[in-house]
Amino acid sequence: MDWGLFVRFGPALAQGIAMTIACWIAGTVLGMALGFVIALVRRRAPRALGWVLTAYIEFIRGTPFLVQLFVLYYGGPMVGLRLDALPAGILGLTLYGSAYFAEIFRAGFQAVPSGQIEAARAMGFAPGVILRRVEVPAMLVSALPALVNFSIILTKETVILSMITVPEIMFATGKMMAETFAFVETTLVLALFFWVFVEVISRLGRWLERRATHYLLER
Amino acid sequence: MFSFKTILDNLPTLAWAGRFTLLISVLGCALGLVIGAVICALAVSRSRVAQTVAAIYVSFFRGVPLLVQLLLFFYMLPLIGLNIPATVAAVVTVGLCAAAYISEILRGALNAIPRGQREAAIAIGLSPRDIWARILMPQALKIAMPAMVNELILLVKASSLVSVVGIVEITRMSQSIAAATYRPLEIYLTAAFLYLIINLALAFGGRRLERRLAY
Repeated sequence: MDWGLFVRFGPALAQGIAMTIACWIAGTVLGMALGFVIALVRRRAPRALGWVLTAYIEFIRGTPFLVQLFVLYYGGPMVGLRLDALPAGILGLTLYGSAYFAEIFRAGFQAVPSGQIEAARAMGFAPGVILRRVEVPAMLVSALPALVNFSIILTKETVILSMITVPEIMFATGKMMAETFAFVETTLVLALFFWVFVEVISRLGRWLERRATHYLLER
Repeated sequence: MFSFKTILDNLPTLAWAGRFTLLISVLGCALGLVIGAVICALAVSRSRVAQTVAAIYVSFFRGVPLLVQLLLFFYMLPLIGLNIPATVAAVVTVGLCAAAYISEILRGALNAIPRGQREAAIAIGLSPRDIWARILMPQALKIAMPAMVNELILLVKASSLVSVVGIVEITRMSQSIAAATYRPLEIYLTAAFLYLIINLALAFGGRRLERRLAY
């Protein structure tokens, strides 16, 4: 074990880690937002639009993320979509996440007891108010574990961005490996980083779940 | 211009490469099932040490991305003097990773088996091994069936990553064809649709199997 390597490559590794975390946050937040919009539109969409959205979701869920990135990054320019690696990577993560998040939100909406919606309607709430004050809060509580779960899966998908040369942690360690052949050190960095990263997010998720369902517990 | 001719010309080659995609995901899943059953047995055993080993295994293989695991195995095995073919190493890595997920699936399924089953088996004097192999595991496998089909679909998609270590499955093949024809959009879309077809077929087969196992 050569500790000097960590000093020499420290800044590059730190940059890679920062990039990984930034890509993950961007992909998760944007993917969740797009997924939420898709889930909302799908509820009231005319039939043709509903089919298009279902086909979109099935396509994203049925194909590997790596291939989707290749289509976007290498195939995109052929239809005038010329993106740098980083925007392409974040757009890829967003589209990928949106399909899964849309399904999670759909299941969440389905889990809202219809009695609550009927009660709100009987009390004369407008549809928009029912959605905002009744359906969405109840949906978020039941969808939270699945949302956290998929966000964790997305952390691991970020390494695939290295395949289209986004300078994240995998890319940084790849460079370190190519220059020094220090196999053990680089792998250690990667494995440890992801282990800690995932552990922190799952703890955070459990804490969020406890807070969100706190009111359900008997006092 | 979108060229359908490129797609038609290269479709057979791509589909033929699909046999490696299937081979790696099916063998990986089978290996994962075997190792996963062992890890699951460790996790539900009474021994503290066994439980800890299982917990560390699951947390490591689920926490570290498969791409990292693949590179790890590919650089590490020659380092400790093991020269095994790339395909074998890929299957083993995919299997080890799948085992972590499958052991959790099996654990959930075991919890779903009514307690009375185990108690009845103890009461009629079956050995612990018989209880495990003849009472618990067969039922757990049946309960876990839908989740296992799901896992296989995930593995088909995950197998695209073994292209990185040079195994010529669908993704690697499409990379070479895209480089040779300068038609990345058509080729990668074709590859994507091949994966989609495989996964839709698996999902369809899984639903039929489920219905047959339902009674």
